[in-house]
Amino acid sequence: MTHEEILQGLYDFTLVGNAPEVRDLVNQGLEDGIGPESLLYDALIPSLEEVGARFERGDYFVPEMLIAARAMQGALDILRPLLAETGAKPVGTYVMGTVKGDVHDIGKNLVNIMLEGAGFTVFDLGVNVAPETFVQQVQEHQPDVVGFSAFLTTTMPMFKANINALVKAGIRDDVIVMVGGAPVTQEYATAVGADGYAADASTAVRLAKDLIAKRRAAVPA
Amino acid sequence: METVLESSSKTVVIGPERPFCVIGERINPTGRKAFQAELQQGDLSRIEVDVAQQVAGGADMLDVNVGDPLADEVELMRQAIPLVQGLTDLPLCIDSSVIEALEAGLGAYRGKALVNSVTGEDERLEAILPIVARYGAAVIGLANDDEIPMEPERRLEVARKIVSAAGDHGIPPEDVLIDPLAMPVGALPNAVTLFVETVRLIREELGVNMTCGASNTSFGLPGRETLGGAFLALAASHGLTSAIMDARSEGIVEAVRATDFLLGHDEWGASWIAAYRRKQAAAAA
Repeated sequence: MTHEEILQGLYDFTLVGNAPEVRDLVNQGLEDGIGPESLLYDALIPSLEEVGARFERGDYFVPEMLIAARAMQGALDILRPLLAETGAKPVGTYVMGTVKGDVHDIGKNLVNIMLEGAGFTVFDLGVNVAPETFVQQVQEHQPDVVGFSAFLTTTMPMFKANINALVKAGIRDDVIVMVGGAPVTQEYATAVGADGYAADASTAVRLAKDLIAKRRAAVPA
Repeated sequence: METVLESSSKTVVIGPERPFCVIGERINPTGRKAFQAELQQGDLSRIEVDVAQQVAGGADMLDVNVGDPLADEVELMRQAIPLVQGLTDLPLCIDSSVIEALEAGLGAYRGKALVNSVTGEDERLEAILPIVARYGAAVIGLANDDEIPMEPERRLEVARKIVSAAGDHGIPPEDVLIDPLAMPVGALPNAVTLFVETVRLIREELGVNMTCGASNTSFGLPGRETLGGAFLALAASHGLTSAIMDARSEGIVEAVRATDFLLGHDEWGASWIAAYRRKQAAAAA
């Protein structure tokens, strides 16, 4: 197989969520001397972006998106240590969780995978995460961004509770706060004092990168 | 075991030998950004259409949820309950995670309402059950505590705890509907097999009535009517006695009524045949 065929195969098999083929092709690509960055940026990420686009258009359904993400996750498990070896610095660090009282995690998990694919280090706290836990995890990992996910109108107020807990702990200004979830709007994100809101996973990745870049420009390291 | 719910003029009985109780889910802002925006303005006018469509679709009860974090949910609930009761005589299910909103709804309700919902978490049980008892209402108990158990036996244990805690507050088991937790099969391949096994266990061990948020099952999938109808038929055959569901969907409601007939809850198919004649007459008119 040529390098081009391997990359095309990776793209195609990720698109249909064939995890074993994706894993095999990643290994074959590495053996044939394709760099881990190329496998990631020239095949896997474009494929998952296409998956996201199809989902947003209504051409793809939840299971198709989840198996594609799982295939991508399998590839990342192989590539992550190699990318670290090449000295590629993580784009940023992200602490993510579904808020207390809410157990919906499909959207959150997708955003996590897109973030990892884009080079973020992600700490997933799971679902029903209490404000104290967010605070403690932010203190421990000192991420660039903390993300709160809510699927219900009734659990969205936890965004505010989480931000209040960060303020109380004196670490609100140390971290970018992003919020998201089906019922969330920009208006609500602004009202609770979040730094960013994204309506879908690819927008969330772009926004996270933008917000980090802005912050790094404003605060010289 | 039979659960009796009432409006001021109508009684609905939920039970294993009864036709399945269809609770319309539509009055809920989740996933409806226009309704969310209206609630923030204190505008409840959209509810009139929601009620009419669900009554026409064959709902036996209606769920009422007016929760929006930028709105005054307590005041909205206080207004929404008499508004809906003025539009229909169906008994209502008062749905909120805000305890004051549940109280406001119960205070405004005429009849015996269903409260949606309590979980197996101690603080929720202690906060909500006394209110349910005070108003003589019935309550839905979700079979989860701070996490969602993924084994039927553990969901049964949470359900058992809720029924027992309700008893401590003077709420009899017939006034507790357990929600065995319907989850999206598109994200969790064994969601429905786990669900029906939980339903079977709860029926055998506790004998209480059950309900669920049926639309969760088909989340993110095409053909939701067909999936929803098949799901409810399966679930009813294992002992589910009601569901909060899409009562505007003719396909799902017909599947439920067909299941009533097939399970012997609609003797000689009298309701099934009558519904057919109504449909024929409407088509001819």
